[in-house]
Amino acid sequence: MNLETPKKFRGLVNQAHQVAEHYFRPISRKYDKAEHAYPKELDLLAALLDGMNAGSPDAIGATSASKRGASFEPAQGNTNGGNLAASKRGAAREQQEGVKNGGNLSALLGVMELCWGDVGLLLAMPRQGLGNAAIAAVANDEQLGRFGGTWAAMAITEPGCGSDSAAIRTTAVKDGDHYVLNGEKIFVTSGQRADAVVVWATLDKGLGRAAIKSFVVEHGTPGMSVTRLEKKLGIKASDTASISFSDCRVPAANLLGSPEIDAQKGFAGVMETFDNTRPLVAGMAIGVAKASLDRTRELLHKQCKLDYRKPLLSVSHAEATLYRLEAEWEAARLLTLKAAWMADNRLPNSKEASIAKAKAGRVANEVTLKCVELAGALGYGEDELLEKWARDSKILDIFEGTQQIQLLIVARRLLGKSSSELK
Amino acid sequence: MTADIQGRALAMLNRFAQADWPDRLKLRKPVERLIYSGSRASFRAAAQRAGQASKTPRAADADALFDLTLSDEQQMLVTMLEGFASEVLRPLAHAADEQAALPAALLNQAHELGLTHYGVSEALGGMAAERTTVSNALIAEALGKGDLSLAAALLVPLSAANCIRRWGSPAQQAQWLPAFIGADLAPLMAIAVNEPTPLFDPQQLATQAKKRGKHYLLSGEKCLVLRGLDAGQLIVAAQAADGLGLFIVQAGAKGLQRSPEPAMGLKAASTARVVLKNVKVPLEARLAGERFDYQSFLDHAGLAWCALAVGTAQAALDYVIPYCNERVAFGEPISHRQGVAFMLADMAVELDAMRLMVWRACARAEQGLSFQREAYLARLLCSDKAMRIGTDAVQLLGGHGFTQEHPAERWYRDLRALAIMAGGLQL
Repeated sequence: MNLETPKKFRGLVNQAHQVAEHYFRPISRKYDKAEHAYPKELDLLAALLDGMNAGSPDAIGATSASKRGASFEPAQGNTNGGNLAASKRGAAREQQEGVKNGGNLSALLGVMELCWGDVGLLLAMPRQGLGNAAIAAVANDEQLGRFGGTWAAMAITEPGCGSDSAAIRTTAVKDGDHYVLNGEKIFVTSGQRADAVVVWATLDKGLGRAAIKSFVVEHGTPGMSVTRLEKKLGIKASDTASISFSDCRVPAANLLGSPEIDAQKGFAGVMETFDNTRPLVAGMAIGVAKASLDRTRELLHKQCKLDYRKPLLSVSHAEATLYRLEAEWEAARLLTLKAAWMADNRLPNSKEASIAKAKAGRVANEVTLKCVELAGALGYGEDELLEKWARDSKILDIFEGTQQIQLLIVARRLLGKSSSELK
Repeated sequence: MTADIQGRALAMLNRFAQADWPDRLKLRKPVERLIYSGSRASFRAAAQRAGQASKTPRAADADALFDLTLSDEQQMLVTMLEGFASEVLRPLAHAADEQAALPAALLNQAHELGLTHYGVSEALGGMAAERTTVSNALIAEALGKGDLSLAAALLVPLSAANCIRRWGSPAQQAQWLPAFIGADLAPLMAIAVNEPTPLFDPQQLATQAKKRGKHYLLSGEKCLVLRGLDAGQLIVAAQAADGLGLFIVQAGAKGLQRSPEPAMGLKAASTARVVLKNVKVPLEARLAGERFDYQSFLDHAGLAWCALAVGTAQAALDYVIPYCNERVAFGEPISHRQGVAFMLADMAVELDAMRLMVWRACARAEQGLSFQREAYLARLLCSDKAMRIGTDAVQLLGGHGFTQEHPAERWYRDLRALAIMAGGLQL
């Protein structure tokens, strides 16, 4: 058993940390102020990352968490925690010779470091969007080739549907070699800046989740238009667009995955992406929380000794708070590493991905808010980045499934309940 | 010439084979299968280790991958002990709590498990290899699933063996350890650290050890000593002129008084108060291993309590899940309500967090890496979350949870100990 970062990733982690410290941090406040301005500095960095990705299978970025080559069914959730853990241990043992630390873990480690720099800038990175992760996860070979250099955003949420993605109203109707899309999407990260958008739409509203498919829609496709850019609490460097589709004709070849409506596994295929991306969002939370913790400890170094020795009840309240936040942070970090490790080793990790996201999301929000409080007026002021991180962190407990959605997923698996029983 | 490690492992398995409880538990077949697959790997490893016979802890394996997989041997241990916990410990737990005593029959059954072998080094005839901390934590976690208080009581001999192996000099190890793996019951040595003072800090002991010629004179008061009344010796933590130390004290020594100290929980471990007044202890009775480190001793103790709590918290979660699925209110199982379901989800989240924090600290400890920070944070998190899980388990059972019809109220009382206990156990 070993829970340390393997040596082979140390170069990557260091590289990501350098980018975070020397590339993101210096422009962090600039793009927090200049909402909707494109951080042009990212182009150079993206080119660099593309080069690194091409050169190394373990490089940082959204696509390296892809499940390519791995194929497993999501766990059927009728076992309790203990049994599930035992069966996983059994499964893991079988392939003990070949325990893997692969793309999921390396992407996670990279994301943690980069978000120590700036979450908003990471989200704004060209060609690193969630749409790219979706393409990497479910596209066929022809599509992979065609969308290789494309920067793809992801469009799921609608004005009338948030976490309840089965209630999607955007429709896709087959017409010859095309699908015709109609509907309204909101909260599309980099929706305006990206080259294309992966749009979730239903082939048949009456058939529920199984009929939901995703389509790659390229910017400039007639019928697609960006209708507004949101002004937000945080992650202002990352643009959030509303996009409307009006008789937008998309080539049928741009449908990701199977065009058939399979009641058994249609939606599972779409949801599978989340098992890989949730740990990454958890990783963002861990990164920004670490930034706050590090800076707060620097500011309080005279008041708080932090020698991990004195009982919690015998140190100052500020010191005890820092200890507690660090313990929660460490817990979130380990849960997230576990979820990514399971994905690398092809162990079904739906529950663990949600556990990681739930824990990391709420911990990051608590840590960053508490750090502002600990640093007092310094923390609240714009001379420090603490107040910014406390604003940035909130989204991490919301997007890619809110805290409450993650808890629902975990609870359903624990209890063996369907979504119609435990709503 | 020391006995062959493989021979010793076989002797231990033989004791398991002779016991009758594995049949009652229908555990024999699975364990046999595991032994077959596990023995190949672990015996091979044992043979390799015997060839190396290195004295220093192995340096951390820098190329090691992140890996949460249990070894075959660890998996075998866990399967065996989880069966023991659910089939032997759990049924005895209620009465043991009520009578505040360990059932005598249980001591023999526990002896058959041969757990103390994991506390005695291979050179002295035991099974403790260079890396034992994670295995010890897994033992505690598995037993804790049965009952925290019984598990703590059963871990006292293994803890004493670990303590002497890790912190004693070679002479002290040779003097004390062989008895722990003999055919008879292991000697009962209780570890006494806690003192009856609010905001107790185990680094600031009131108990003093004053050097007088060839002896130390120990004076002070120790509380909540697990199995303190039955112990033949006590390992007492005290402040000496040259630092904090551990002293092996005969329980019958002049000036040493023991009395029962019943508490909120941990009742099966029959906690005791010990008063020392100028108790004369020979100089050689102070644990004097080259690498003696009082802080590390405390950390190994804290992690033992954490590992127990992980097991008990898992037991609590496993217990309330079927209850919430079966209990109907307003025409539906209560588990269909988010107010209930979210509490369960939170229990699962924090339980897994506790486990990973403990595993990481233990894995670092056995790799020879610093682990004071990790142990401290694990202790902090586990104290907090285990109590949360304990109180939520009672809450989810409602009024029934408040009664002794269900084990939740006992777990609630036992889990409160986690933030309080210093020493007592040792991984």
